[in-house]
Amino acid sequence: MRELVDTRTVLIGGEAGQGLVTVGQLLSQALVRAGWRICVTQTYHSRVRGGHNTWAIRFGAGEIGAPAETIDLLVALDQESIALHRGELAAGALLIADEGLDPQGTAGLRVPFAKLAAARQANVAALGVAGTLLGLLEELLAAGVEEMFGKKAPDAAAENRRALAEACRWTAEAGASFALPERPAAGGASRAMVNGNEALALGALSAGLRFYAFYPMTPSTSVSLTVAAHAAALGVVAEQAEDEIAAVNMAIGASFAGAPAMVATSGGGFALMVEGVSLAAMTETPLVVVVAQRPGPATGLPTRTEQADLEFVLHAGHGEFPRALLAPGNPEECFLLARKALFLAEMSQGPIFILTDQFLADSYRAVEPFEVRALPAVRAGHEGDVAAPYRRYAFVEGGVSPRLLPGRTQHLVVADSDEHTEDGHITEDLAVRDRMVAKRLAKLDVLRWEVLPPRLEGAAEGALLLVAWGSAGAAAAEAAAELRARGVAAATLHFTQLWPLDPQQFLATLRAAGRVIFVEGNATGQFERLVRRETGFEATGHVRRCDGLPITPAYVLRALAAQGMA
Amino acid sequence: MVTIADYGKYETAWCPGCGNFGILGAMKAALAAAGLAPHQVLFVSGIGQAAKAPHYLNANVFNGLHGRALPAATGAKLANPALKVIVESGDGCTYGEGGNHFLAAVRRNIGLTVVVHDNQVYGLTKGQASPTSDAGFVTKAQPEGVHAEPFNPVETAVALKANFVARGFAGMPEHLAALIGQALAAPGFALVDVLQPCVSFNKINTYAWYRQRVRELPAGHDPTDWTAALAAAARWGDEIPVGVIWRGSRPAYEEHVPALAAGPLVGREMDRERLAAIIEHLR
Repeated sequence: MRELVDTRTVLIGGEAGQGLVTVGQLLSQALVRAGWRICVTQTYHSRVRGGHNTWAIRFGAGEIGAPAETIDLLVALDQESIALHRGELAAGALLIADEGLDPQGTAGLRVPFAKLAAARQANVAALGVAGTLLGLLEELLAAGVEEMFGKKAPDAAAENRRALAEACRWTAEAGASFALPERPAAGGASRAMVNGNEALALGALSAGLRFYAFYPMTPSTSVSLTVAAHAAALGVVAEQAEDEIAAVNMAIGASFAGAPAMVATSGGGFALMVEGVSLAAMTETPLVVVVAQRPGPATGLPTRTEQADLEFVLHAGHGEFPRALLAPGNPEECFLLARKALFLAEMSQGPIFILTDQFLADSYRAVEPFEVRALPAVRAGHEGDVAAPYRRYAFVEGGVSPRLLPGRTQHLVVADSDEHTEDGHITEDLAVRDRMVAKRLAKLDVLRWEVLPPRLEGAAEGALLLVAWGSAGAAAAEAAAELRARGVAAATLHFTQLWPLDPQQFLATLRAAGRVIFVEGNATGQFERLVRRETGFEATGHVRRCDGLPITPAYVLRALAAQGMA
Repeated sequence: MVTIADYGKYETAWCPGCGNFGILGAMKAALAAAGLAPHQVLFVSGIGQAAKAPHYLNANVFNGLHGRALPAATGAKLANPALKVIVESGDGCTYGEGGNHFLAAVRRNIGLTVVVHDNQVYGLTKGQASPTSDAGFVTKAQPEGVHAEPFNPVETAVALKANFVARGFAGMPEHLAALIGQALAAPGFALVDVLQPCVSFNKINTYAWYRQRVRELPAGHDPTDWTAALAAAARWGDEIPVGVIWRGSRPAYEEHVPALAAGPLVGREMDRERLAAIIEHLR
């Protein structure tokens, strides 16, 4: 069962273009290398320069999957960051800001950045001050700076190293101290730092991803950049398509020809891909689609988070066909479920979806490095003998016909988006149509055998049970842990697979609970409604969030208190 | 030895006298002459009467969505460059619904042979204007006549420097077979835009109309002279030149993709050691 974790939160605030992400990445990396666990929350605006952006690192010795709402160390790169976040400071919090800024009565360090570094290195000087306060050794910080700048620009690396050294020395002499949380045990320093999207891309690559097409769209882009960065080394084609319609059709074409394929996008881009989704279903071509959710409708809040595309993805595509929806809650699950998605796509010969969201996509964590050497990879297509003449859509028990690849045998492979005969040719024979519908739907059984059960934390009997899916799971679990610490019987049921559902895996748990509260990042309770549709189960209540920010444990607790439930 | 008979003979859903028959015959002849066996060839098409052509051939087929044949073919070609990938579809599919994909595929210079049945009208939906319909063309959907300037695919493909651009005529099947044969042999993106009468819905651009205007390019035409090619491509009206209009020399897109240097993606094993090294680097 999850314990409450002693944590602190560092928030770095500033304008886009001030090097805030650099400070955030280097500080997060140094914390991970020092053995801490982290949970990063990034907020940014839909613009290249300016605006108010933040990089918040919640760190501690134990597992952390959700952001906190208070700040213990505020690194303000501009005056606005002080004004906006002053009210979020925890008791005893410290401010790090240039001596030229007005601290507005906040305690902390007024740093003479102009004396420590040139303006260009002010962000790295801020890293030195913050890192020193957090007890991170200068060597550790310097190693990160060297890795970031060393290869590309040796001169810049040297200047940044000097700025860092000055800042570390100044901070040590300033004599300020910061109360760290309970320290991590030895052995955690070998963890890797990844965000949800990177983990998702690595999982797909480990499962044998060979073809990836995309049209850039926040917050899915870092999946694309991760695959593209390693494509040449791993023998993967990563193609920037002319639009999302092209991306999904390219992936289907590549998959048909034998390359395990994936696309990633967000709501509006997925809307364009929907026709392709039903093409994958009709042609029975394996396809993995990542939908990194952001608030809609239309362009919505392009850089914020939400969990409101569940029903859209569940119903996307005209006609009726089987599919699976997976919803990882943390980077480890992103890795595992991306792998699972590629296998399910090949096994069921159709579209499989992964729902992530901006919070998880951009949230860096410390994870045990993924061990990939022994992991199996998908093999596309059928390799055994098939009867001649080959029929791509042969009526077989279970509906999964042998999938040969064009050009790899003497057999001819014919696929059609029209309703088709067993040998793949267009037909208007309505009896064949009837059998083909049944054949395609029969493949849902393949997906039903593989349904991931939801994870129960705590004892559900008679308890307040928080039901969550995807990235909201950790906030719900932490809220439940807090309630238990207060003497309230509370538990969490976290779903990482949203479709198909197997009520036998969870209905008894829901029924045994005293009260059941669905916690999700949308305005209308999409998962609550899906569970009711499938099982008839009526929830006691719900906690919903749709203001563009991630669900936090404190948000859940406030909402429960407001409803008189805890 | 590959023969025309290897590509089979099927019952079709086309109208008697349709220009599609001439193109189908020319395609089979070109494939046989090129010595390509059916299993080495993948036809990709969209939707429309022209898009049914691959169903009437004995080969690998991916008959996808309206307008989306080019991206599906691009994916298949990148997955397995050893396949001879041929896109066959109509003018509405390729230049209308798929216009953006056409521009992108030409710019990529991806190694596809693209044969467009260009009848200047929408046949399957019974007679609306197409992107290549001449101005003034009257239909039930355009009762005042087409106002838009017609899209000239040949001129566009030459302007964007596709590697091979030809215009053919369905009423000259032997000439057309030779053009398709040259397109099949060309590296990179090869377009054969085929003037094709629609006997049911285009009463203007008939066999007779085309026969009066279609002229083989003069022997002196230099397809590597881009300015001359643009001029030939733009010619339309009383005289419409057919033949190889432009030949470029850009490397095919698939030659530029590092992952393909080691051969087709299909059937390749994942390099776990390399991936492990990438993950190691995240520490």
